[in-house]
Amino acid sequence: MAVIEVANLRKRYADHVAVDDVSFSVERGEIFGILGPNGAGKTTTVECVEGLRKPDGGRISVLGFDPHTDGLELRRRVGVQLQKSELPEKMRVSEAMDLYASFYANPADGDKLLDDLGLTAKRHTPYKKLSGGQQQRLAIALALVGNPEIAFLDELTTGLDPQARRDTWQLIEQIRDRGVTVVLVTHFMEEAERLCDRLALVDAGRVVAIDSPAGLVSRVDGGGLRLRFRPSVEFDAGILTALPEVTSVAHTASQVVVSGNGNLLHVVSTTLAAHNVVPLDLRVEQTNLEDAFVALTGRRLITEEA
Amino acid sequence: MSGISQVMDVAQENDHRAPGKAGSVLTGLGKLTGSEFRLMLRDPGIFFVAFFPVVLVLVFGLLPSTSSPSEEFGGGRFIDFYLPPVLTMIIAMMALNALSGVLAAYRERGVLRRLASTPVRPVTLMLAQGLVNMLLLSSVTAVVLLLAGLAFDVPLPRQFFGFVLAFVLCVSAMFALGLLIAALAPTGKAANGIGTVAFFPLAFLAGVWTPGPLMPDVVRRISDFSPLGAGSQAMQAAWSGAFPKPLHLIVLLGFTLVVGFIASRLFRWE
Repeated sequence: MAVIEVANLRKRYADHVAVDDVSFSVERGEIFGILGPNGAGKTTTVECVEGLRKPDGGRISVLGFDPHTDGLELRRRVGVQLQKSELPEKMRVSEAMDLYASFYANPADGDKLLDDLGLTAKRHTPYKKLSGGQQQRLAIALALVGNPEIAFLDELTTGLDPQARRDTWQLIEQIRDRGVTVVLVTHFMEEAERLCDRLALVDAGRVVAIDSPAGLVSRVDGGGLRLRFRPSVEFDAGILTALPEVTSVAHTASQVVVSGNGNLLHVVSTTLAAHNVVPLDLRVEQTNLEDAFVALTGRRLITEEA
Repeated sequence: MSGISQVMDVAQENDHRAPGKAGSVLTGLGKLTGSEFRLMLRDPGIFFVAFFPVVLVLVFGLLPSTSSPSEEFGGGRFIDFYLPPVLTMIIAMMALNALSGVLAAYRERGVLRRLASTPVRPVTLMLAQGLVNMLLLSSVTAVVLLLAGLAFDVPLPRQFFGFVLAFVLCVSAMFALGLLIAALAPTGKAANGIGTVAFFPLAFLAGVWTPGPLMPDVVRRISDFSPLGAGSQAMQAAWSGAFPKPLHLIVLLGFTLVVGFIASRLFRWE
């Protein structure tokens, strides 16, 4: 059953169109990702779904409510972690939890949430004194304290170190296991691949594709492998393209990149050996979401981070 | 037991369907007010606002030149005419620095936007801020009146209702101005800066440097139409037993409504 339905969403700002035409639906209990480069319109999309922004066109239904006309009913049932939102500097962790818990009819156990998020020792710490990762985890706790049916998490692991990032991912899976539907906005391919049941690739205000991570990957060369190596001697690429497992052979300045699937490594190395070519510095790469994004949009997913 | 919880469930269910699509302004007001009050007490600047007027009253009450009758004050004392300027000064500090700075910072830091995604409305947080500031101002005013009365024989305002009216209107006019600054300033720090710049001319017109009869007539004419000047003079009138002049009350009410309306139009949640 779909808990969120978005059809032909449009939102323009004074100087540009942020969301051009976005449609998707989210099923109850899944982790749904919205993946795309910075500026693709991901945050604007979820903010329209959350009722924080008024769309210029299209239809949105969340748990059967229109975010704009039934905003209150919606806000009672969803939890939100905004991309850029802080608490008053001197508010302590436990105070923030108590305050936000008081906004909801059936709040979750705040102490348990803090424990799950590893913040118990920081209960009496003012917000300003928390590290970036701790602030981020508190934001997640506050998004969950109302016992929401849907949790919206926008760039939740930005600014976290790799360990904290993995811990947070584990936490999101626990949330999903409790039956909460999670909508995850991210530009981290690894995060989307690891967490999402399904995801929408968004680029320039439009949905490029919606599928499971594996489904998206399989759209690129059948989701196969890539071999990268430096040949010991020059050779005719035709000996590889003739192989049924190989879909393409490309040359860079010093390397040969062979894409394909099936038993690619075995057939390529035997063929090369038969022609007395030694593949030096051989690396095997699995096609990933990044490749899917490039294949679908012709652009790279990871844009200038800084 | 189960009967009770059933009743509560029903009550909650009804509450869910309670009126208003946007929710009541009162939702969460109590909790937010308590929370804002705790945060205010942690702000060191508040002690300045709380103690500064007390120190002023002590100084001018103890200095021989300001605590003895003088010709310039028609046989009265400087201290007898100085409480209205002192009170308007702390109102200005709270409105122009504390209130505007906090609200602008809340917007800048996304606190208001975060609230907008909960069942509580951001305007409720602003209301809680207003309540907390009003509470502090009233307490400080009570302390100042008591101290001046007990230690230096300054009588309480003889037209007490007139005084309360003038005080409340002066606070609301200045809060409207504070809200306008918060609406215009891009950051909390900018709001503090604008507030500080606005403070000096307004405090001058309130008679902080030229209390009571010392204020030149031309300045008094201008002062009539400024929020702190009107407030200060309205309070002074109440002190001497007269009801505040309608002009001053109208000026205060006008500032509250006009500036408050403009500010609420200009204020953005983000």
